Amino acid sequence: MIHITLIDRENQEHILEAPTDMGLNLMELCKAYELPVKGTCGGMALCASCHMYVLSDHALPEQSDDEMAMLDSAFFVEPNSRLGCQIKLNNDHLDGLKVQLAPESE
Amino acid sequence: MSKIVETDIIIIGAGPVALFAVFEAGLLKMRCHLIDSLPQPGGQLTEIYPKKPIYDIPGYPSVLAGDLVQNLLKQIEPFQPGFTLGERAEVLEKQDDGRYSVVTDHGTVHLAPVVFVAGGLGSFEPRKPPIENIGNFEYRGVDYFVRNPEDYRNKKVVIAGGGDSALDWTIFLADVASELTLIHRRTEFRGALDSVEKVMDLAERGKIKLITNAQVTGLFGTEEHLKGLNIAHDTAGEFNCDTDFFIPLFGLTPKLGPIGEWGLEIDKGAVVVNTEDYRTNLPGIFAVGDINTYPGKLKLILCGFHEATLACQSAFKFVSPGKKLSFKYTTVTGIEGLPQPETA
Ligand SMILES: Cc1cc2nc3c(=O)[nH]c(=O)nc-3n(C[C@H](O)[C@H](O)[C@H](O)COP(=O)(O)OP(=O)(O)OC[C@H]3O[C@@H](n4cnc5c(N)ncnc54)[C@H](O)[C@@H]3O)c2cc1C
Ligand code: FES
Repeated sequence: MIHITLIDRENQEHILEAPTDMGLNLMELCKAYELPVKGTCGGMALCASCHMYVLSDHALPEQSDDEMAMLDSAFFVEPNSRLGCQIKLNNDHLDGLKVQLAPESE
Repeated sequence: MSKIVETDIIIIGAGPVALFAVFEAGLLKMRCHLIDSLPQPGGQLTEIYPKKPIYDIPGYPSVLAGDLVQNLLKQIEPFQPGFTLGERAEVLEKQDDGRYSVVTDHGTVHLAPVVFVAGGLGSFEPRKPPIENIGNFEYRGVDYFVRNPEDYRNKKVVIAGGGDSALDWTIFLADVASELTLIHRRTEFRGALDSVEKVMDLAERGKIKLITNAQVTGLFGTEEHLKGLNIAHDTAGEFNCDTDFFIPLFGLTPKLGPIGEWGLEIDKGAVVVNTEDYRTNLPGIFAVGDINTYPGKLKLILCGFHEATLACQSAFKFVSPGKKLSFKYTTVTGIEGLPQPETA
């Protein structure tokens, strides 16, 4: 079990508990906590509804071409932007990860 | 006078569930007309993942989403459904004669005793860049679609985006516009290699202006029309660019839209239905596919097919009141098509 800090769009902080042996990704974890992440494409890097900013300096998996392509057509993109669905929670090193939800695009 | 379409079942949406509903309705001799804001049928399958394989359609170990849509279209061909594409269903109202009327944003009127809401995740709408005053210039210089390329003849045009549609329209409009600029946030383009090369070549030959590592941050103009843009460049800072048109092409995203305003019972953005026949709280209106919700709902194509099948059985009572329905297998009856619809 690891803990992840998530800041929502109202600047509220949430501490999320995540199992690392269930193949969950960060988008799915947010949905499990009923946080406002749509996950329209089911986690295929095709919608950017799970766009977040990574605030801590954890080593994360590299961006795939698909993720880069999707972030290319998303808005409010910053150097620390990631798609939550592309961050698999399969590693204890992710304990303490801190992320913030990006604004929703219209 | 705008067009009037009369039919047995108006289907809002033309996704996979809507398409299969046409088949099940056709077996019961009911005619369908589909409305979709997208210019082509297939819903999410066509718009989001046409090239991805689906593995949980019974009888298909694997099928590409785009192929499934083509197969569904072939399967419903005998029933000659009508389509209103590229238009959004805006208003749904009960008429004095008991039928429903559904009017689109283009003013097309549809009349039928039954409506199937098969709107999926909502109507696909263009993603609008977060520029504060963009709303002031919509249709006055800002277009999210290219409807008629001739609108841009001998005009200054700025396109923004890095995907296939931005590249394709840049190539197409290079010869139409008097001046064409493509703005993209990064240096690399993710569209088809062939289009990327064409755009680079156009830029090298001075046919278009290419600005990368930049974003449009503001718009200015008169009350009547757009005059120019503010651009923020990663290294060169901010500058202005005169233009007649700005076409941001950042893909589409589904929005519930007007479906929420028709008096249907809604829970968390989905239409509440009774699982007996997927009827809504309004008699004669059914909701099938991703748009509905009930205890245990799964947003799967397979489940939508089942929902549409049961909804058609009940729809029959509204289309042919008093008539008896006898259940028959397609193996027994074969497929008896419907004649060409009469055009109003
Ligand atoms: C990436 C991805 C992968 C998926 N993989 C699978 C899978 O493997 N297996 C599976 O079973 N399912 C899968 N799904 C889910 C599946 O695509 C949906 O269940 C299915 O598309 C639902 O079909 P539908 O006809 O209900 O709605 P949709 O496909 O969403 O179509 C609805 C249509 O209605 C239109 N519409 C809505 N409102 C209006 C309006 N007011 N006026 C006009 N038009 C309107 C929309 O523009 C849209 O085209 C996947 C989805 C995604 C995004
Ligand atoms: S859920 Fe669609 S991109 Fe992550």
